[in-house]
Amino acid sequence: MATVDARGLSCPQPVLLALGEMKKLGRGALEVLVDTDTSVENVTRAAESLGWSVKETQPEGGGYRLVLEKS
Amino acid sequence: MAAVKNIFATRWGIIGVGVVIGVLATLLQKWGNPANMGVCVACFDRDIAGALGLHRAEVVQYMRPEIIGFVLGSLIAAYAFREFRPRAGSAPVVRFVLGAFAMIGALVFLGCPWRALLRLAGGDGNAIFGLAGLAFGVWIGTWFLKTGYNLGRATPTYPAVGWILPLTMLGFLALMLVFPQIPNEPKSGVLFYSVKGPGSQHAPLAVSLLAGLAVGFLAQRSRFCTMGAIRDLILFRQIHLFSGLLALIVTAWVMNLILGQFKPGFENQPVAHTQGLWNFLGMTVAGLAFALGGGCPGRQLFLAGEGDGDAALFVLGMIVGAGFAHNFGMASSPSGIGPHGIAAVVVGLAVCLFIGFSMRQKAA
Repeated sequence: MATVDARGLSCPQPVLLALGEMKKLGRGALEVLVDTDTSVENVTRAAESLGWSVKETQPEGGGYRLVLEKS
Repeated sequence: MAAVKNIFATRWGIIGVGVVIGVLATLLQKWGNPANMGVCVACFDRDIAGALGLHRAEVVQYMRPEIIGFVLGSLIAAYAFREFRPRAGSAPVVRFVLGAFAMIGALVFLGCPWRALLRLAGGDGNAIFGLAGLAFGVWIGTWFLKTGYNLGRATPTYPAVGWILPLTMLGFLALMLVFPQIPNEPKSGVLFYSVKGPGSQHAPLAVSLLAGLAVGFLAQRSRFCTMGAIRDLILFRQIHLFSGLLALIVTAWVMNLILGQFKPGFENQPVAHTQGLWNFLGMTVAGLAFALGGGCPGRQLFLAGEGDGDAALFVLGMIVGAGFAHNFGMASSPSGIGPHGIAAVVVGLAVCLFIGFSMRQKAA
């Protein structure tokens, strides 16, 4: 699974990186690592706007691990 | 939106927060704050710089409790919802400089983005030039973002790092209580207090502080950001944050009509000048600096409250920048731009463009 590590990056970098990867992949699964709740919300919103769904949002190492999917 | 549990971060949540800010800001004007300046992060940081004596512009010196409330309200919300995350180390010195020039640009226009909205909602047509300049500055910023601009990663750090700015704000509040305002006296202990001008106009301390705490709490939850509103619209065609901005302006306009505070026109607007080009360019500098720094002045306060040490440095940069703006004659006044306002805009743009062009490595 492709991974975007956006931990420590400030707004709007996590969304820019995740969107870039989603557009590159077109479909499939993507893991996104972020470190703030704001980034979780922003990446979720961006993913849903592109028709991806958020399969998982797990706390991990002081941040979060999101798994995005589009079939 | 199943994954979004935070109700304030939903569309209606952010609209609600925009409404609350619009109501509180216009009421604060009714209760004593300057006209079209119920809440202005740039002006209020500038007044704090004045209260501390970092500049000696006698009409803009007052330790604004709203700013103290914004940071502490955000801190309380962050702790209450387990979102306090101490972090720092993303090019701190650059964030300080961006804060300083954001302030210098905002003081050529005379207001932060919040006040630009409040000025428009109060009928001040000059705000249109400021808002257009703000959007232009943010647009330049998005171009840098699209071409790889970033300030690098912040890393987790000691909780005490996240506490530095909230503690500083508590210190400011303590100073206000130890050295309270004495009617018609320009100084109380170490603090300066304006006896005339906008700095002398303020709501009672407790009212300002409570309003600030409420806004800080709500804004932390909703991630309210005026720069982000424009940025996301340009970058992602997303109207989420923008809907909060619209809610603020519409609410403030309706409130101003109800409270008899709506006075349409360009001439003789409160704490404003009519030099359209410099209103535009001042806010272009500010907008670009906000975009490169990752948030409008209000958002930087709320980020600092939730533990972001880099945002705290942006805030300190704004306060120091306000000192420079007035000491160097770069800040405007109702009679027009300052003697060195044009130089401020030119240098500010040059500095921001240098930062934008030179810091475009891909994130490691």
